[in-house]
Amino acid sequence: MPRRERRNVLAVERLGPYSLLRLDRGGLDPGVPGQFFMLEAPGRLLPRALSLCLAPAGELAFLIDPVGPGTRALCSLGAGEAIHVFGPLGNGFRLDVGRPLLVGGGIGMAPLPYLADALHDPPVVLGFRSEWHAAAAALLPGAEVVVEPALVTELIAPGHDVLACGPAPMLQAVGALCPGAQLAWEAPMACGYGACYGCAVEINGVLKRLCVEGPVLSAGAERTRRDEAAVGEHLNGETSRLARGPVRERAR
Amino acid sequence: MMLLNASGCLDALVAPDVARQLDGFVTKTITPLPREGNAPPRIAETAHGMLNAIGLANPGRERFLAEHLPRLRELGVPLWVSVGGFCAADYADTCAALDGIEAIELNLSCPNVDEAADSAAEIVATCRAATPLPLYAKLSAAHPDVAAVARAVAAAGADGLSLINTLRGMALDPHTLRPVLARGSGGLSGPDLKPIALATVHACYAATQLTIVGMGGVMTGSDVLELIACGARHVALGTVLFADPDAPARVRDELERALEALAVVRPDDVHAFAHSPAKSLEIAHKVVA
Repeated sequence: MPRRERRNVLAVERLGPYSLLRLDRGGLDPGVPGQFFMLEAPGRLLPRALSLCLAPAGELAFLIDPVGPGTRALCSLGAGEAIHVFGPLGNGFRLDVGRPLLVGGGIGMAPLPYLADALHDPPVVLGFRSEWHAAAAALLPGAEVVVEPALVTELIAPGHDVLACGPAPMLQAVGALCPGAQLAWEAPMACGYGACYGCAVEINGVLKRLCVEGPVLSAGAERTRRDEAAVGEHLNGETSRLARGPVRERAR
Repeated sequence: MMLLNASGCLDALVAPDVARQLDGFVTKTITPLPREGNAPPRIAETAHGMLNAIGLANPGRERFLAEHLPRLRELGVPLWVSVGGFCAADYADTCAALDGIEAIELNLSCPNVDEAADSAAEIVATCRAATPLPLYAKLSAAHPDVAAVARAVAAAGADGLSLINTLRGMALDPHTLRPVLARGSGGLSGPDLKPIALATVHACYAATQLTIVGMGGVMTGSDVLELIACGARHVALGTVLFADPDAPARVRDELERALEALAVVRPDDVHAFAHSPAKSLEIAHKVVA
């Protein structure tokens, strides 16, 4: 059950351009891999949606790309500071898969370490924009990693149950290759619990709330056309961080 | 004093525990026909508040009445239904189809759809003839003389006012210098609206003495008290619910403490107090005593 608690920061670790924000878990349930939490962004009106990256005993850890004022504030937190955390929210990955293959692009790899734990270390393929960004692959030892111009979709071998998170073009390519894939999408969110209607995406031709229907959707649930404008766009310069990858990242 | 949600800021069917913290649940605006709403992106955060351009996404009158309203009744929370449309008959037809609810709020001020062709007073008068239920007119503070609109809807038969709706605003992507929202502009909400809400409630209460549901930038219990002092009888929470689903309980606790700090017992004891500059709070204390 989702709860909202004020939790202490244990540490913030740098991984290339990203930060791993480690929080004291308190009474929060880590939920299913692919679910997300709303994290209070110090100094901002709205919280930021982040999928859980790791759930070591007593902790919740989130991988964050500091691309806007909210994510920068989260990455600037120090040990001992506290923020409100609300979750777990949304629908995560289905774990009843026979031959899992995890596919991640850029910051879209965020939910994969926790997912890999739940699936007992399945094969993982990751794509990044640069070697600097690929530093985050350290969270998934054994993962096969490519850096642009190579594309992660080139590493997908047939015959797998694909579970993927990354930028929209990557997810669309994965969905085309693997019609049964489970894809974790993103959209700007104000609330994360179905109140604001801000995260509408087109699913099977109808606009629905990604926080309620997703963020993990099967590739068969077609998420097309109109939602593309939302992905990689921003909540004042940053997306919800559910998944954001190298293709849409802004040159810095 | 009742604590409500602002229309469009809560889905009681998805978050019933949040709705049950309130004294009443106000639905998202219902229009005669289903509306998918505006294309995404629909929301943006700015340094001065949140912008939304949802566009009155709703299941339409028939499905709302057949599927949503019965499920909402099961929550056991008093229901207010927000009604929208594009002409007076749109509003009145929905009003006529509603019964067994606490009140109707007429959304006369959505900044994210084209305005109704008829005036606020015409719409209220048409609805008045269509329903015996309490009618609250939700007005925009963007009107150059909102007190005059308040007087007109009062004369047309409104029982109360809901003040204020979001105000039209825009955010640009600093990298592309194009609007963030697909619709271009959207409704601004959040704490920066509070001074405007206070002034609007103050002016409309002075003009009409109608029952007012005050809203706009409420983040704390003190904000609630200030709206009541300006003339609101009830207060609604909006954007704060997005950031904090536990806000109703927190705001109530803060309101209790704010009342204690002023040595006042009930919110009603300071109702419209800002209209009596000569009176001190001590007088209110004596009245209470």
